Amino acid sequence: MNKLYIFLKYFFIVVWTVFVVAPFLWALTTSFKDFQSVNGGVTYIPWVDFEPNLEGWKVLIKSPAKGGVDIVEPYFNSLFVTCTASLISIILGTLSAYALSRYTFKAGFVKNNDITFFFISQRIMPPIVLSIPFFLFLSSINLLDSLTGLIVVYIVLLMPIAVWIMVDFFNKVPREIDETALIDGCNPYQAFLKVVLPNSIPGLIVAGMFCIIFGWIDFFFAFILTFTEVQLLPVKIVALNSSVTPWWSLSASALVSVAPLIIVAFIVERYLSKGNLSGAIK
Amino acid sequence: MNLIANNLTYKPSDQYHLNEVSFNFKEGNLYTILGRTLSGKTTLLKTIAGLLTPDSGAIEFDGKDFLKVPVWQRNVAMVYQQFINYPHLNVFENIAFPLRQRKIDSEEINNKVMDSLKSVGLVGYENRKIQELSGGQQQRVSLARSLVKNAKILLLDEPLVNLDYKLREQLREEFKSLFSKGLADETILIYSTTDPRETMELNGEVIVLDEGKVLQVGPAKEIFENPNSLKVAEISNDPPMNIIEADISNEQIRFEGIEIKAPSHLSKLTKGGLNIGLRSSDIELSENGHEFEVELAEISGSETLLHLKRGKIKIIISIEEVLNFKIHDKIKIDFKIDRAYAFGADGKLESSPFGGLNG
Repeated sequence: MNKLYIFLKYFFIVVWTVFVVAPFLWALTTSFKDFQSVNGGVTYIPWVDFEPNLEGWKVLIKSPAKGGVDIVEPYFNSLFVTCTASLISIILGTLSAYALSRYTFKAGFVKNNDITFFFISQRIMPPIVLSIPFFLFLSSINLLDSLTGLIVVYIVLLMPIAVWIMVDFFNKVPREIDETALIDGCNPYQAFLKVVLPNSIPGLIVAGMFCIIFGWIDFFFAFILTFTEVQLLPVKIVALNSSVTPWWSLSASALVSVAPLIIVAFIVERYLSKGNLSGAIK
Repeated sequence: MNLIANNLTYKPSDQYHLNEVSFNFKEGNLYTILGRTLSGKTTLLKTIAGLLTPDSGAIEFDGKDFLKVPVWQRNVAMVYQQFINYPHLNVFENIAFPLRQRKIDSEEINNKVMDSLKSVGLVGYENRKIQELSGGQQQRVSLARSLVKNAKILLLDEPLVNLDYKLREQLREEFKSLFSKGLADETILIYSTTDPRETMELNGEVIVLDEGKVLQVGPAKEIFENPNSLKVAEISNDPPMNIIEADISNEQIRFEGIEIKAPSHLSKLTKGGLNIGLRSSDIELSENGHEFEVELAEISGSETLLHLKRGKIKIIISIEEVLNFKIHDKIKIDFKIDRAYAFGADGKLESSPFGGLNG
């Protein structure tokens, strides 16, 4: 029974790993192929099955004038927009979440839970519903097709995630910790900065991770709200497609676009296992 | 420097947490707030600390309106019933936190923290993480943090309730010696508890609180000897005092077919519908006593608690040894009737063996 359990456990782990890793391997080998090797049946091993070349990768950094596609600028645009929007969302989201968790708000029938739900409801609406208002809004303030405009829109999209995660997290931080800090001579701002925030790092990291992921992978709004001046990575990658699909450069760009998320995942995983609230209240 | 409260009332919903609470606490004294769970003890302490603002009433400290001083400037210290510490700091930094907040120079902080660690017996634990400590040690850290501040008002909110029996006994002893060393002559120490035994041992001035209302104020001995009402008698005894409805006439106490000669302090009472109060320890097993039926027998520590029934009367007696009884056993008991209290139908004390009122 026990052996069977161990066997099944490892069996599923292996199956799952193959399932997850295979597409990456596929993309990796494909990125070194040329037209002939892609269309010449399924092959995996370089130098044996096919002759590898770097064309798929070189195209990505070559300027269009020399026949390349140059994803470097969209890449940095994406990094800049995602990081800025995530950072602002986390700061604003954490502050609002703390207020929603600790103070009682009341405006007519609207109470704390309704406000929290209002934030989440921004994510419940289908993006297509939001696209036209966003378009009109950005065009009215002359921010269509600009990085600033995208950042504004992404803050609207990402802040609800931060609020949602952090409200839940702050609710689990015992109120008595804030109170003790007040009694120990902190004003409410110091209590938040010196005591609550340092104990909320796991929550901040999770919220940050989700903001970065959702910001980085967004195609829809980047596609609708930009034209020629500014381009983000997802839009650029989709634009690679042409009458002859360049599988090699598509694969290469897919890999470089996933890379930041993989790095984030590795960093986050290390912090997540260190949740340290257990000693606050026993 | 007195801490004076006037008609503090706090009613966040349809129930009073504080109902016209007034007191006058003097420096250098220990005050025990005794009350059951949800009687408003924590609310009262939080109000003194400034974490809650009462709906009405006033608090004055050192002649100043205390309600106008924000929490962080009140110079109070508080130990919670849960062990509240800062999880992200080690033991030393936890205790140093309030001092660093005051921007005291680091050498002095060092000395004060080490002194404080010594007084709670945690020397050598400075660099431990809070999570690595046991419950009792965590509570010592929060006690040390509240001692190190030299606060004028020290609030302890059921500090022992979440500890196991042995640690509780041990820490209670340490508390007593800490308090008796005279923390500081100008400190007002306010200790809340549900435990009558703890109240008696601490032997301070007692405030009995129930449903947000102050029922009785007085020295521990006075509360124990002359509880002014049934409620106080129940709250200040564990197990609660037995209350038996009885009539007194011709110097005889009568209830459920039992007749006992009334002791001198009860014999003159003639009102009907009296409630006779007897502590569980003032009832003993006796061969030629009155017959009762065992409903439940629980052994707690070295004593046995017997829940007994006769007709409509239910009582609890405690016996200072471990005995085994079966449910529905018939046993005979006798009342130490000269230790009995009498309360009127309105719940007020009519007579006490220690000379309260008519005695």
